Amino acid sequence: MTASADTASRTELITGLAEVLHEVAGTPADKVVPEAGFEADLDIDSLTMVEVVVACEERWDVRIPDEALEGMRTVGDAVDYIAGARA
Amino acid sequence: MSSTLRNVGLLGLGSHRPANRVDNHGIAERTASSDEWIRERSGIVTRGVAGEDESTVDMAVSAGGKALAAAGVPAEAVSLVLMATCSMPGPLPGGSPEVAHRLGARHAGASDIGAGCAGFTYALSMAADAVRCSSADYVLVIGSEKLTPMVDPDDRATAFLFGDGAGAAVVGPTAADGISRVVWAHDGEQHDMLTIHGSPSRLAMNGRAIYRWATTSLPDLARRACEQAGIEPHDLVAFVPHQANLRITESVVKSLGLPASVVVARDVVDSGNTSAASVPIALTRLHEEGTIRQGDPVLLLGFGAGLTAAGQVVRCP
Repeated sequence: MTASADTASRTELITGLAEVLHEVAGTPADKVVPEAGFEADLDIDSLTMVEVVVACEERWDVRIPDEALEGMRTVGDAVDYIAGARA
Repeated sequence: MSSTLRNVGLLGLGSHRPANRVDNHGIAERTASSDEWIRERSGIVTRGVAGEDESTVDMAVSAGGKALAAAGVPAEAVSLVLMATCSMPGPLPGGSPEVAHRLGARHAGASDIGAGCAGFTYALSMAADAVRCSSADYVLVIGSEKLTPMVDPDDRATAFLFGDGAGAAVVGPTAADGISRVVWAHDGEQHDMLTIHGSPSRLAMNGRAIYRWATTSLPDLARRACEQAGIEPHDLVAFVPHQANLRITESVVKSLGLPASVVVARDVVDSGNTSAASVPIALTRLHEEGTIRQGDPVLLLGFGAGLTAAGQVVRCP
């Protein structure tokens, strides 16, 4: 994958994740930036995070196991994981 | 051998709620948590905690006696006592023979059913089939749990979640059929997500895994239960899921698209998670409050440790 395609893909994933977060938790789209922490900045608790993950799995046809969830603290972490799982 | 199948239904309900109610504050203090944190994650505001002289069997006798009285069925007429529980003090003996003895159900068989929090809906299906096939005339089905002594009071994830209590129903032959065919399911690959091990017994739970399984698999099971009963989910009068956590209930209600006209049991707020007792306790409450009336279709859905689940549509007695 080229650098520009990679950037485009990440932008698309962040936009998609913002839509998921808005649908599941009512999170405003402008707060969904790579460095935003799910719990610290977006007020997403552990059970809401499970709903977010399930919605992401359906949207991108990937599997995000619980072990992966442990290290997924920011929007950027989630985007990295989903991008890797799709590659 | 006769091949005639009988119609079967619920004839009476009863419950036992411990008088000792415990709110979130003491639990929150001990686990560096807060009342608000507990409410947000579970919906729970208070729970019943059984006293030392209030055993799993004591509570089952109390709830079972009330259900028999409500049904107008004398204890001598009971053919079978089924008790769903996972909180007897030890593996043997089961609690149901003592319950049958103390209630005066002299002619009854007695057996405990172990299916974790889904125990009551499993036991109810077995009771219905026993009456349908004339193996039994009247079956007393009980869910009774004293889980709080098995919960680690310092475990932030589970200390606030559980409560004690018992609920019961009398199943017997009826003119119109009032208990649908059961639907059931398991995910034994996740068998270690909720366990009670050790001495003294200690409960351990992976709440996130159970939440994920429950919210993704239960809506389909609920729809299948309604299909078996020939009813659309939006035509139910009430939905009584296992009272595990209000967040699971709300998620399943949303996935099913239940309209506001369907009454949803939210007894977890006042009782905590009482495992196999939660469905009959919540059902009895709706009935006693007059929220559901005779003949109303109610979807019951048990689920929990195993992982295992079972559900059916019943007509309110």
